[in-house]
Amino acid sequence: MNHPLSKKPNPELPMSNPLVVPVGAGPSPKKLYAVAAEFAGPKELYAAAEKVTARGIQGWDCYSPYYIHGLDKVMKQPKSLVGLFTFVGGLSGLVGGFLLITITSVYVYPIDTQGKPYFSLQAFVPILDLLMIILSAIMSIVGMTVLCGLPRLHHPLWEWDLFLRATHDKFFIVIEANDARFNEKTSIDLLKEIGGTNLTLIGEEE
Amino acid sequence: MSYFTPSTKLAPARYDLLDKHEEAEREQARLEMIREPYVNNGYDAVWVGDRIASVVENPAPLWWYIAVAVAGLFASFTGLGLLYLITTGVGVWGENNSANWAWDITNFVFWIGIGHAGTMIAAILYLTRQRWATGINRAAEAMTIFAVMCAGIYPAVHVGRVWFAWYLAPIPNGNAIWPNFRSPLLWDVFAVSTYLSVSIMFWYVGLIPDAATMRDRAKNKILKYFYALICMGWRGSARQWANYEFCYLMLAGIATLLVITTCTVVSSDFSTSVIPGWHGTIFIPYFGVGAIYGGFCMLVILLVPIRQLYKLDDIITLRHVDLCCRFVLLMALLITYIYGMEFFIAYYGGNPIERYHFFQNRMHGPYEETWVLMMLFNCVVPQLFWSKKVRRSPWLAMLIVVFPSFGMWYERFIIIVCSIHRDFLPSSWGMFYPTYVDIFTFLGTFGVFFLLYLLFIRYLPVIAISEVRAALPEADPHEPPVVEEAQPGVAHE
Repeated sequence: MNHPLSKKPNPELPMSNPLVVPVGAGPSPKKLYAVAAEFAGPKELYAAAEKVTARGIQGWDCYSPYYIHGLDKVMKQPKSLVGLFTFVGGLSGLVGGFLLITITSVYVYPIDTQGKPYFSLQAFVPILDLLMIILSAIMSIVGMTVLCGLPRLHHPLWEWDLFLRATHDKFFIVIEANDARFNEKTSIDLLKEIGGTNLTLIGEEE
Repeated sequence: MSYFTPSTKLAPARYDLLDKHEEAEREQARLEMIREPYVNNGYDAVWVGDRIASVVENPAPLWWYIAVAVAGLFASFTGLGLLYLITTGVGVWGENNSANWAWDITNFVFWIGIGHAGTMIAAILYLTRQRWATGINRAAEAMTIFAVMCAGIYPAVHVGRVWFAWYLAPIPNGNAIWPNFRSPLLWDVFAVSTYLSVSIMFWYVGLIPDAATMRDRAKNKILKYFYALICMGWRGSARQWANYEFCYLMLAGIATLLVITTCTVVSSDFSTSVIPGWHGTIFIPYFGVGAIYGGFCMLVILLVPIRQLYKLDDIITLRHVDLCCRFVLLMALLITYIYGMEFFIAYYGGNPIERYHFFQNRMHGPYEETWVLMMLFNCVVPQLFWSKKVRRSPWLAMLIVVFPSFGMWYERFIIIVCSIHRDFLPSSWGMFYPTYVDIFTFLGTFGVFFLLYLLFIRYLPVIAISEVRAALPEADPHEPPVVEEAQPGVAHE
């Protein structure tokens, strides 16, 4: 096991992990998670992603240490839904805040302060605004974590030593095996054809 | 027949000269117009990551320990001051019947203002696509959070009996009372707590990919767990990045709205009253500008030592210092205009009490020296930043911005104390003098601020690694990196 949380990666023993098998170096893992390949840089990754999209592959992803502009468009990803979460959060903050303030100030605790009307919408605006802001911010983060599949304590890709550098200087394309049309051989051929190196089969624990 | 033909002997030589001159001028213009790179010396993404991570990974330098000790000592002043205040009563502060708001609210507005510049850099400059800000936005956002923490101490404590501070929250209770939602002071509670929470969220989201980088680099097991928890299992897949960037954009928009709301609410504490010097519609932009002014000054004070002592000067370049100083200058000009406008409206409005307040009490009253220093520090000293040479000398720039930092504190003191120590009834006029508890508690907040900041630079990457990397030319998959051509008449900044 080369889990980033449990053990240091050990480059001297690449074969010690039965879940990570370089292509051609041995039998495939029992339960395949994905075929992964390394690419030299952002330009190569971008060009390769275009070709993978053109093949109509489903269930694949690019990994990079930073956001590469336009990569999600090339991958034909739909627009992120985080904005919807933000909107719902903001709306519920506004409506919930309005109900909270109005019900308490007008009906439950009608306290006369300086003769101001119980229902003073103008004076309620700042707090409505702030409640809208805080709930939309919370919901944006919730939306982002849910849509990114986070939080996650473990991921099969972390078994692969080299992949730990995906947050530093390496670029990868990973074709996942969970799609019905997935074929190990054609995936390997495709990754080789588009310039991938260090092709590796990543297994999953059963 | 040679009447109209130019002299064949001289002309080519002259045209050559002209061409050469023009070429030299064009070359000069081109060189001036080329935008400086975000990272100097052509360093690549790997270097950027190593360099920034090295601040955290290398053993702490000696000055860091000394700085922590000094900051910790100062922070204890605040702790002891508050302990004394709570166990004894608010009487240990110098407040009295005429000046019932004094240093506490001055310090509150001072610190909350410092926070605003951080949000301005991280959110507003992000929305306006000022990519140079990637080099300093993490540091600026951290400044926001710690400054708002320091600010939050004061309103919480000055309520007097802090153990009743929970009355401010809308919690059902047995006393049949409820917060008054029409009161600017309650708006303040909501504004400050929202500002702190959203700033932390915004900062945290920016930190996620960098925490993943630090997790995968960490050799120490405890630190690895720490970073792994922060990044929640970030992998950096393109699908994650797309959602992440969208979330960051949303939060930048929210934070922009919030920073305007917060300075509006803080200024409403004053402007909704009827006291001359407070009762002005200019207060919202006044507080916004003042806040960003003070915050940029504090940012320069923080950034210059970080870039010099940690040798981060290729990432926090001279251009960053230059641009921050330009912001300081811009805000100085705006604040000068606002000061002038306050006096003009006091004169033009014709209200004798307001005229007395501005032209007698502020300019020639008992706090005259503070007013003169404020004008000098806020309006005159920053004019030095018209010189490019000054803007590009980091230590000198840092020295200069210390003055407006003081000046902005004086400004808040004048707005608050100078306005209320003489009210409509001359028999109740009085003076405010700070006690030693006031002074030590305020000095201590600097200790708290710098202590938190020192811990931040020690344990978290002080610059947003992934954002700086994404701003490098090599990160752009579309074009080979080209040197920008000059377009005469088009400014690139």
